[in-house]
Amino acid sequence: MSVMTYNGAAIIAMAGKDCVGIAADRRLGVQLTTIATDFPKIFQMQPKLFVGLAGLGTDVQTLKNLLEFRMNLYKLKEERDMSPKVLSHMLGKILYSKRFGPYFVEPIVAGLDESNKPFLSTMDLIGATSEEKDFVVSGTCTGNMFGMCESLYKPNMEAEELFETLAQALLSSVDRDAVSGWGGIVHIITKEGVLTKELKGRQD
Amino acid sequence: MGDSAYSFSLTTFSRTGKLLQIEYALNAVANGRTALGICAQDGVVIATDKKLPSVLVDPEHVQKIEKITPKAGFCYAGVGPDYRVLVKRSRKSSQSYLSEYGEVQPVHQLVTDTASTMQEYTQRGGVRPFGISLLVAGLDSDGKPALFQVDPSGSYFGWNATAIGKNYVSAKNFLEKRWTEDMELEDAIHTALLTLREGFEGEMTAHNIELGIVKKDGEFQVLQPSQIQDYLDEAN
Repeated sequence: MSVMTYNGAAIIAMAGKDCVGIAADRRLGVQLTTIATDFPKIFQMQPKLFVGLAGLGTDVQTLKNLLEFRMNLYKLKEERDMSPKVLSHMLGKILYSKRFGPYFVEPIVAGLDESNKPFLSTMDLIGATSEEKDFVVSGTCTGNMFGMCESLYKPNMEAEELFETLAQALLSSVDRDAVSGWGGIVHIITKEGVLTKELKGRQD
Repeated sequence: MGDSAYSFSLTTFSRTGKLLQIEYALNAVANGRTALGICAQDGVVIATDKKLPSVLVDPEHVQKIEKITPKAGFCYAGVGPDYRVLVKRSRKSSQSYLSEYGEVQPVHQLVTDTASTMQEYTQRGGVRPFGISLLVAGLDSDGKPALFQVDPSGSYFGWNATAIGKNYVSAKNFLEKRWTEDMELEDAIHTALLTLREGFEGEMTAHNIELGIVKKDGEFQVLQPSQIQDYLDEAN
């Protein structure tokens, strides 16, 4: 029994041409029992900034609230939006502050920075951050997700193609994982706005 | 500091609603050597009189203008040792910001943070207000240059140009006539020197004044005497 696989999750984020996409499964389980098929794991923190949280359900929810708290105070004080880089850095620090009693979450930050350039980062549960140019994955089937992304991904995809690639990568990955799946949700962020689509996959 | 038997504030209201300790602190500031600042389109300059009490004092070891972040610096008028404490504290606090957010603290945040500390010392038990007014020159989060003054009470003001310390009234009048919205940093430095010279006792040289500048897209720097000499030569 691993605390990181207790509830189940699969999250992928990819960078395209002047756009980013982030996708997640929708399952919340208690080990092998499925409890919910609409559990949110991706949160829109700002119009062009999304955070995906994979791991223990309670920590997903708590960390989301904590991030919102910190972001709101920052926005009130600084009178400006928080850039993806800053959010990612801050999140890493929050996680490390609990180094010896961590939040059991491995987050993904995806967004467009002030000049609408794609930003992707991921970190482990104690805040070791890595920024990537192509794709980042997190959850209970990262092996599957890495394999799918590495095969399907190509740089500079437009929004439509990015959506297809993300969706296929996610669906195929979760199908070989017992604790993730039961539907999917994809957000594609471009400088014009955000397009959100729900995926219907194998309901098992 | 503050863990003595003095858990009550030494700064208390008078009947007329004043905090006399703050008024007295402002007096200490008004007795301090002149400091001034000018905010231009493309940068900010702060300058101060570094007149030393005797020719025996080594000016190398007196520093009145200090860098706090790569994008902002302080200058003061008033009680020197109080200034050093604030500089140390503000530097640490802006490093914490950098550590937390991975970004240099914008000057406005630095100002509100410092002002917050100064206010604390008008209310916390066992401490007295700082006997200094600060001039803060820096770049904000959008890269725009800004000049702020912070008083012993913790009030802060954004200025286009201002002066504090001895002669601040005539210096401000002088600045009022000369500041323009489209001023550039080079003009501002020139004007700062002229203003400083107006109230200067004796001859103003590159060794008895200090100049600090921050250019848009640049870093805050305290000018070397040789650089100041170049500006003085131009002004003559």
